[in-house]
Amino acid sequence: MNRFDYVRADTVADAIKALGGDPNARFIAGGTNLVDLMKYNVEKPGRLVDITRLPLKSIEEHAGGLRIGALVSNADLAYDERIQARYPLLASAILAGASAQLRNAASTGGNLNQRTRCYYFYDEGTPCNKREPGSGCPAIGGVNRIHAILGASESCIATNPSDMCVALAALEATVQVSGPEGDRAIAFADYHRLPGDDPSKDNTIKPGEIVVSVDLPPTDYGQHHTYLKLRDRLSYAFALVSVAAALELDGQTVKTARLALGGVAHKPWRNLEAEALLQGKSATRESFKAAADLVLREAKPQSENGFKIELARRAIVRGLEQAAAGTPQSQSDKRIQ
Amino acid sequence: MLIESGSVGAHAKIGITLTINGERREIEVAPWTTLLDLLRERLDLTGTKKGCDHGQCGACTVLVDGTRINSCLALAVMKDGAEITTVEGLAGLAQKHGTNTLHPLQEAFIEHDAFQCGYCTPGQLCSSVGLLNEGHARSREEIREAMSGNLCRCGAYTNIVDAIEEVMHQGAAR
Repeated sequence: MNRFDYVRADTVADAIKALGGDPNARFIAGGTNLVDLMKYNVEKPGRLVDITRLPLKSIEEHAGGLRIGALVSNADLAYDERIQARYPLLASAILAGASAQLRNAASTGGNLNQRTRCYYFYDEGTPCNKREPGSGCPAIGGVNRIHAILGASESCIATNPSDMCVALAALEATVQVSGPEGDRAIAFADYHRLPGDDPSKDNTIKPGEIVVSVDLPPTDYGQHHTYLKLRDRLSYAFALVSVAAALELDGQTVKTARLALGGVAHKPWRNLEAEALLQGKSATRESFKAAADLVLREAKPQSENGFKIELARRAIVRGLEQAAAGTPQSQSDKRIQ
Repeated sequence: MLIESGSVGAHAKIGITLTINGERREIEVAPWTTLLDLLRERLDLTGTKKGCDHGQCGACTVLVDGTRINSCLALAVMKDGAEITTVEGLAGLAQKHGTNTLHPLQEAFIEHDAFQCGYCTPGQLCSSVGLLNEGHARSREEIREAMSGNLCRCGAYTNIVDAIEEVMHQGAAR
């Protein structure tokens, strides 16, 4: 790990000031991703601003929904009674990710800002356009079993590793940020970005800005939802494909559908056309297959991950079936019903 | 600002206070020292093990204010003021509650043959205590899932779950 200066802030304003627009300074909260990246020399900050003392640790009622402070740990969020009762999709997605130890340490804001687990990004001995812009992407044509099938570019095929963010995308959360130029709200769909020709940027937060909260809207999809995560081992592994599905039903007719995919793109993947297609349709396997086909119409395999397209197709159908039946995937009993 | 480590480039050490296994310690640390390295290299508390050093194996699991975390991914300076419990302190935790010289989980691990080489065991034990403190796991499946952050290459998993299940049914001891 490189040497760095350490600053501990006690207010949001102090933290922003301490970062001071220095491109080589980083906020640190749980540290579960940043410290790991520092050990691999992927991150070499000159200064760390410890934000764990900021007053951003509560979950509060807000505009009919809930406002989650950026420093609420992943575990506290998943086990919060209000989250479990009103946003069970979010609780389930969080518990599908990482380990108990990591969820105890990792923060809400940090989960949003975690970096890809692409092997090449982590290996400073190889080129990577995300780590070192312009150096190339050896994942293309290389070892790319875990990589993107949607929205990738010629410069980057990395995926966003978060489970929590897939649920937040489906729930249409809003990210509140604060920075030297004031506060602003970012719709969740606009928070993460596609790689395009600048994969060094994972999201649309500006230098010097800090995530202060994630707001959940009133609509909660408490009845018909699931988070279905498929991976190489049953626990403690990143998703090859995951599906957050949420439905509002009128009898057997779909009133509203929300569908977000993890493990397939540089950001949690939504296809509004596919969600619209389901509206007014009966909640049957045929309808769900049509939606899955639409989501995957533009899917493009890499040399080793073609299986992900069919896996995603089946996961979407099964996820929507689980949601329609009101039988969400258990995150401890791993059998898929 | 609560603390600043000095001017940029100076990389001054910072004084912190930790209560480790019930003993209050005032320590000067460089900001890049992990809690794991502080425990092992400076304080000779080598019960906590370094496995992967990347938060993937759980061998370094300790309790910070009663909550289990990977000490390899925690910077010691950020835990200023915290109460740390390592495997060396588990028996002390139990004694506070007037039980045997070992923590009930340590007894149960012996009883159920829940280890072979023993390298992962301190992490497994601290993680198990954290699991019981959390109180979310009730079934075997839930124990398995909640212990998935602790790898055991000897494959003692079944017996580890047996040990935790037994203590869980006796009532959790902090």
